[in-house]
Formats: sequence, structure tokens, C-alpha cells
Amino acid sequence: MCITLIASQEFFAPMRYSAFSVITQALRGHTGWKPAWRKAEPAPHYDVVIIGGGGGGLATAYYLARHHNVGRIAVLEKGWLGNGSIGRNTTIIRSNYGLPGNIPFYELSMKLWEGLEQDINYNAMVSQRGIFNIYHNDAQRDSYARRGNAMRLHGMEAELLDRAQLRKEFAYLDYENARFPIQGALVQRRAGTARHDAVAWGYARAADKLGVDIIENCEVTGIDIENGIVKGVQTTRGAITAGKVGIAVAGASSLVGAMAGLRLPIESHALQAFVSEGLKPLLDNVITFGAGHFYISQSDKGGLVFGGDIDGYNSYAARGNLPTVEDVCEGGIALMPMIGRARLLRSWGGIMDMTMDGSPIIDKTPVGNLFFNGGWCYGGFKATPASGFCFAHLLAREEPHPVAAAYRLDRFAEGKLIDEKGAGAQPNLH
Amino acid sequence: MRIACPHCGPRGLDEFLYTQDASVTRPKDGGAAPTPEWTDYVYLRENARGPRREYWYHSAGCHAWLVLTRDVSTHEILSVELP
Repeated sequence: MCITLIASQEFFAPMRYSAFSVITQALRGHTGWKPAWRKAEPAPHYDVVIIGGGGGGLATAYYLARHHNVGRIAVLEKGWLGNGSIGRNTTIIRSNYGLPGNIPFYELSMKLWEGLEQDINYNAMVSQRGIFNIYHNDAQRDSYARRGNAMRLHGMEAELLDRAQLRKEFAYLDYENARFPIQGALVQRRAGTARHDAVAWGYARAADKLGVDIIENCEVTGIDIENGIVKGVQTTRGAITAGKVGIAVAGASSLVGAMAGLRLPIESHALQAFVSEGLKPLLDNVITFGAGHFYISQSDKGGLVFGGDIDGYNSYAARGNLPTVEDVCEGGIALMPMIGRARLLRSWGGIMDMTMDGSPIIDKTPVGNLFFNGGWCYGGFKATPASGFCFAHLLAREEPHPVAAAYRLDRFAEGKLIDEKGAGAQPNLH
Repeated sequence: MRIACPHCGPRGLDEFLYTQDASVTRPKDGGAAPTPEWTDYVYLRENARGPRREYWYHSAGCHAWLVLTRDVSTHEILSVELP
């Protein structure tokens, strides 16, 4: 009797995931699970239309519905949810930045990651396994010390380890490498990884529950503007009018921006990522190589997940070329020679919105009621929660969230760049 | 990607360095004050799909500067010219 009662569908509507629901579904042969979000059909009008069903767009929709009373919200996605950069990154989350415009924003993101799974009732496999940025010479140590001090001045923890301290944590690194001897590392222990697909699915499900229409296979083909104010969008599934429109399509920002006459400080570049065959537990943390550009962690399935630099030339083709594969693998083997025998299982490419200073943009546009979120370079995944949180704030209140106030579109004309790497207006070097 | 250098013939990508967009033109010196033309030249880009003109440098070869017309959607190189 009791089992019958708790197993009835009505008892769960809307379904909340818990140990209890898993046990109950197990008793029922897993026949009662429902799709995580509805297949919504486009309505003729929404109060807010968000273009782009990636991490940024879905998080924006969720936080808009959760914290702001803006009426009906739709997310328009060209393909299927999670087919863009949210589903093809190296899953690292961290907030170890060094500049005032960046630190509070990424720290808000880190705090949102820490409460995300309870907030959206979805297992995003957030794992705070710590990130170790390894340094190889005195200048780099000083630079990392400065970054760590900047973090601590903002109330975050950061540790600078010397070689002996690092050796206690990782015996297997190539400390005596003749060219790049390892001297120590900057550590952020709250950093880690999250399951990238689950982040998209979790936000989609949570937004859907709050009434957001998530419309897949709906490509925006035009943006309707009258007298300098946006009125709606044209899509492959018909015209949709809108009170406000938010663009969150990093990778294709210039293409969608051009529909509204925007010329942006962004170039599109290809970034490759790699996964090895599954191995036994080997790597507990996220490690980055300071003498080149290489970062690595191990997924729960056992694959080593790693990447390096962007390919370096503009691209809209979601694939890279072999010289970058070679360069990334050289970095990896210089850092930890033991991975030399592991076989590469797969590699893939994605398109990055590279800005002229290496930092993102969350701002109004010169077009009325049209808002822009993009330019995430190759660091958008870690920013997903704060990107959505701050863009929702901007869309609802038409003023920037305090921690994202530096991410202005006009900072390039004003000379207020946020150039973490100090590379100048060369998008391929950030 | 292999690039057909006019001096050296077809060579692998790792001999070359991509430098920048060849479709933007440096404006005349307008003095110390920032001008919209300079902002546009330094920071703003069309970033469209399809053929794009760009500067490459044959750094591990003959050191020539090249102007490539390359389709950024497919990586196909449509022409290689000397500037």
C-alpha cells in the first residue's frame, strides 16, 4: 500500500531528483522517469528572448526566471542543447585570476558552482579537487605570487608551494627537466572540475521547471530593429516578437551581432581538446604546465582530459590541425613523462570568441533592448554560472551587476582593457 | 593545412606564423587623441565566415610575408600572394 502510494506519478509531480526518487524508480523498473525538459514550440511573443542554448544562455534563463520577474522567457537554440562549447570543453572550474575587473566575477562564479547542485537539483559532478599552476623560474614564481596575493586581497585562498612542498603532493612530475625544471606551484584548492554536459542539462531542466520555453532546432536568421530598438527575431521556425533580446552565442557572436549591425572586438578561433584511453586513477587534481600551455585532469571514467593553446589562426571550422596536437602533447610529456605511453582516444575542436583583450563582454548594445553576452575566449565554462547570473541581472534591470561592471563593450574605445595576459590587441595570443 | 609559399613551394603549417587580418587599413596619424577610425582599426573586426585575407610570415623558411586568402569555414587556401 505504502509502496503504491509513493510510486504513483502524482506524488512526484514535478519530479524532484533525490535518493528517494532513485530508489522508488528502481522498484518500478525505471519506467516513471520523465524528460528533463519539455520540447517547447515557439510562441509568437516573449518578454525576453535569449539567443543561444549553451551554458550562458541556459544559465541566464534560469537566473532570470528564478530571481527576476520579467514575464515569459524563451531560449532559442540552433541545434540541440549542449552541442556547442558547453559540451566540448575540458571541464575546469577555477577563479584564480589576477586583475580587479576579473577576480570578483570569477569568485562569484566559484561560489555559485559550490551551491549549484542543490540550487538546480541536478548532479553536475562538481569536484573541488584543486588546481596546481606550476612555475618553472623565478620570474614566473614572482608573477604567481602576485596573482595569489591579489586573490587573497579579495578574500580568497591561494597557496604558493615550493619544490619540496610540491614533491610531497606529486612525485611523478619531471622536476629535473633540463629545459623547464619545476620550482613550485600556485594552488587554488577550491578549484576543480564539473561535468560539462550535466551543467547544460541541469540548467535547462531547472529553467524549464520555472516556465522557460527551451526551443531547440530554432536558428535565428535575422534581428528585427525599428527606430533603433529591437522588436523581435526571425527564425527558421517563424518570426518571434520580443520585449528584450539577449545574445549569448559565444563562438558565433560576430555572425549574430552582424544581424543587428554590430561590429565587435572579437575573432573566432579553433581550440582543440583531447582525451586519452581510460586509465586507473592517476591524477587527483587539475595541473597546468607553466613553461608552455598545457592543462590536464582525469575524468571519473578514467580518461585524461587535456588541452593547450588555440590553433592561432581564425576559424569557423570546429576542428584544428596537427601542429597544435604535437605542441600540446609535447607540453604534457615535458611535465609528466609517464603519460607518454597512454594512447589518445579522441580529440575535437570548438570555436572560441577571442576578444582583443582576452576578457568577456556583458553589456547593453547601441541597439535599444538588445543585450550582449560573449567574448568568453577559451575560458567560458568556469564562468557559466556567473555569466548567466550577471546577464540575467543586466537583462532585467538594464544596469550591470557590480561584479561584471568592467565587462563593457566600449572599454576598447575607452582604453579600459582587462588584459590578464598582457598580450595586446592580438586575439590569437590571449 | 599546407601553404604554397611562392619562394619555397608547399610547406607544412608549422613553418608559418599567422600574424593578422589583412583587410584592415591603418588610418592616417590623427594626433594624440583617440579617433573612431583608430578604435576600429585596432579592435573591431568583421569576423565573417568564408574567404578572408590575412598576413602570414614564413618564419621557419624564407622569412617572406605572405597574404593568404583563406576560407575560415573550411581552412581551404584560395590564394597565396606576396604583399
